[in-house]
Amino acid sequence: MEIKFWLNGKKIQAETEPDTLLLDFLREHGCCSVKRGCETANSGLCTVLMEDRPVLSCSMLAARADGKKIVTLEGMQKEAEEFGEFLANEGAEQCGFCNPGFIMNVFAMLKELSDPTEEEINEYLAGNLCRCSGFMGQTRSILKFLEYKKAEKEEAKGQ
Amino acid sequence: MKYVNQPMQKKDAKALVTGQPVYTDDLAPKDCLIVKVLRSPHAHALIEEINTDAAMKVPGIVCVLTYKDVPQERFTFAGQTYPELSPYDRLILDRRLRFVGDAVAIVAGETEKAVDKALKIIKVKYQVLEAVLDFHQAKDNTVVIHPEDNWLAQVPVGGDNKRNLCASRSESKGDVDQVLKECRYTVERTYHTKANQQAMMETFRAYTYLDHFGRLNVVASTQVPFHVRRILGRALGIGASNVRVIKPRIGGGFGAKQTSVAEVYPAIVTLKTKRPAKMVFSRYESQICSSPRHEMEVTVRLGADEEGHLKAIDIYTLSNTGAFGEHGPTTVGLSGHKPLGLYRDYEAYRFSYDVVYTNRMSAGAYRGYGATQGIFAVESAIDELAELMHMDPVKFREMNLTKEGGKFIGYDGSTWVTSCTLDQCLERAKEMIGWDEKYPARDLGNGKVRGVGAALAMQGSAIAGVDVGGASVKLGEDASYTLSLGATDMGTGCDTILSQMAADVLETDFDNIIAWGVDTDVSPYDSGSYASATTYVTGMAVARACQDLREKIKELGASMLELSPEEVEFDGREVYQLDGEKKVSLEAIAVKGTCGNNTSLQASATASSKISPPPFMAAAVEVEVDKETGSVEIIDYAAVVDCGTPINPNLARVQTEGGLAQGIGMALYEDIQYNAKGQMRNNSFMQYKIPTRQDVGKIRVEFAPSYEESHPFGAKSIGEIVINTPCPAIANAVYNAVGVRIREMPITPEKVLMGIMGDH
Repeated sequence: MEIKFWLNGKKIQAETEPDTLLLDFLREHGCCSVKRGCETANSGLCTVLMEDRPVLSCSMLAARADGKKIVTLEGMQKEAEEFGEFLANEGAEQCGFCNPGFIMNVFAMLKELSDPTEEEINEYLAGNLCRCSGFMGQTRSILKFLEYKKAEKEEAKGQ
Repeated sequence: MKYVNQPMQKKDAKALVTGQPVYTDDLAPKDCLIVKVLRSPHAHALIEEINTDAAMKVPGIVCVLTYKDVPQERFTFAGQTYPELSPYDRLILDRRLRFVGDAVAIVAGETEKAVDKALKIIKVKYQVLEAVLDFHQAKDNTVVIHPEDNWLAQVPVGGDNKRNLCASRSESKGDVDQVLKECRYTVERTYHTKANQQAMMETFRAYTYLDHFGRLNVVASTQVPFHVRRILGRALGIGASNVRVIKPRIGGGFGAKQTSVAEVYPAIVTLKTKRPAKMVFSRYESQICSSPRHEMEVTVRLGADEEGHLKAIDIYTLSNTGAFGEHGPTTVGLSGHKPLGLYRDYEAYRFSYDVVYTNRMSAGAYRGYGATQGIFAVESAIDELAELMHMDPVKFREMNLTKEGGKFIGYDGSTWVTSCTLDQCLERAKEMIGWDEKYPARDLGNGKVRGVGAALAMQGSAIAGVDVGGASVKLGEDASYTLSLGATDMGTGCDTILSQMAADVLETDFDNIIAWGVDTDVSPYDSGSYASATTYVTGMAVARACQDLREKIKELGASMLELSPEEVEFDGREVYQLDGEKKVSLEAIAVKGTCGNNTSLQASATASSKISPPPFMAAAVEVEVDKETGSVEIIDYAAVVDCGTPINPNLARVQTEGGLAQGIGMALYEDIQYNAKGQMRNNSFMQYKIPTRQDVGKIRVEFAPSYEESHPFGAKSIGEIVINTPCPAIANAVYNAVGVRIREMPITPEKVLMGIMGDH
């Protein structure tokens, strides 16, 4: 079957099988940032944005993307670098395998919650597993990033 | 030191945070064959008949292999220095199947769909055999798991395959029974830790192809490229020289990838078909047929005198190696030797063990490597002994812990305690948690009680006299340095910390160091990243290689100045005359290196250590126990680590936080369980719960660095020790909170509640 959708801002048209998962489709189409961590929707590694909302691409058929806007980390390189700097400054990127899904969900969270508390962060990102970092460094990086964004906003206001 | 002890960003950080395609499966050729393995449904069986005709007819299927198609020489998957202490007890495919999930057949095809279809229609007739599932029943059972005559232990480790015995041994100092008899206080308790999965986010995977010389190239997510090269050479019968192993970025290992779990399957397919092939383990496969922590039952006897001096330690460990012996004879050693190193001045000890085969998945290496199990037992028993004496368990530890300058008694990695701030670690951990105010517990009055618990830990830094670190460094034409490594960065950041060391020895900018590895054809030999070895022995090799290169730079610089090397010095930027005005820049020397030059601007070094100086650690945890439900919540986890000089404080901190979280998982949730047929109950992340960010409470880490003189920068290891405190510290805290002593991991609400109810 043929599907058409917007992938990272570009319209694509492709043949796919009705049972192809979005995760596999995206990896086949050059979006290798999207990782598979399990088969049970437990790890969050495959998180992408569909119509600006985070979805697990392992639990969605590629066909469901038809007509939709899909964004992966490949489509948010500038933002990833900006936030990634904070993650890397904590050394919390570690093996990096969970980073893309985690970072996509951080972006989704920041769209929904303007000034999340630590508890809200832990709740929102509970589905993003990380086996290396113990999570503390990830949280530190988010809190520092929020501070930085706030300061940036203040500065813009002041001008 | 400009870069050592600084929180440098990881060299690969930018690629990782932007999701670049740098992992094995991202790099695999698009047209490679998909390889999958048919798994045994039985815990113990013989293949009577296997018919692959129908499977071969599935469109797209290229190759189906059974036990009839593989070499008959046994080998081990364990990534260890040759001769491996793990027995040669495997074939790529065997007629005898030894656990649910054991490999029955290998299928390769053009698409995953074709392979899945073929797997379903392979016809196998099994002769189902009685299985040995309980490791207490394994030794001398009439059911023998490895009856084969070509089972081979290259090194005598007390194993006997006809007795289901992988290894056994006993060692002692003094008369432990007599000393215990004379002790005023003694305890004897048995503690049980379960198999746990490393659960790294990237499952096992590898892809393979033949190069233009016809050699087998293997790109694998492995911690041990050089061992994989040897293992495949033997397993496939082609010799190591015909194998090249390349390691790209790795999505976590934690010891799992110190065993060659996946590589052999695509490798044999590529040899048979001459085509590129890849195998990516599903999470299901990573759960049921991989290399988890050895289940161990550790019986501890401790004795102390009237004043509270520890007099004797007796440890017996029964270890379950599962269907194969990977890391069986070695992990068990740490269950005794590491906890024995935590205490001083005891008069006698004994440490004995049996490692047995069962019809469960083979165990392997997992961060902590037996020390985790033994330290849970001994650090729990210490609390039980202190309780008997009505003594604060922290005070008991303060009186008896190992101190710098002292002599190790039961630790096998060193005679002397060369560097140790364990006393300071404990003092600080105690302060951080507020021990004196909070011990033993506070009833919150709402059905919840908060208790505190403490534990000590140690590990080693490389295997003494065995592990080898390697480094090679060269000066490029543009005055940059390329540091070639055989150690494998699996996310921990060893490419970065080794570059920090190199930059300081070479007195150059951190960004002027290119770190690169691993390719077994060109990288210097390194045992690999395990046994807490990299910072210590590979760090030594890096410092040596860089020092040698400095001498070569001086030599060439001096010749350019028409001086002798003794007449010049090198400050990282230029070679200058000690007694005069002449000088030449590094840039000019680098260019000279490429033109009319006879002095190599490349140096290699190898390092091994006769001692394995332990890092030390103390932890104190506050938990909240719900008396209604038995659930345990981590409130605050304070940990203080002596890893010598932290080469990169950020990465050392994250290692610690990550290890603690993993240890909390082991303490509270993680437990590989089997049903009566030997099938795993928790074969997915749905049933096998690893901690989320909502489960780990607050983790606080500090460092109390000693200085380890045997390392060029005073460093010891950090990677493994950090997983060793949660099990005992949390068990001790739960006991202090509600008086329930949990001696079997994990500490589930059910066990705690049963304990509370049993009391009333």
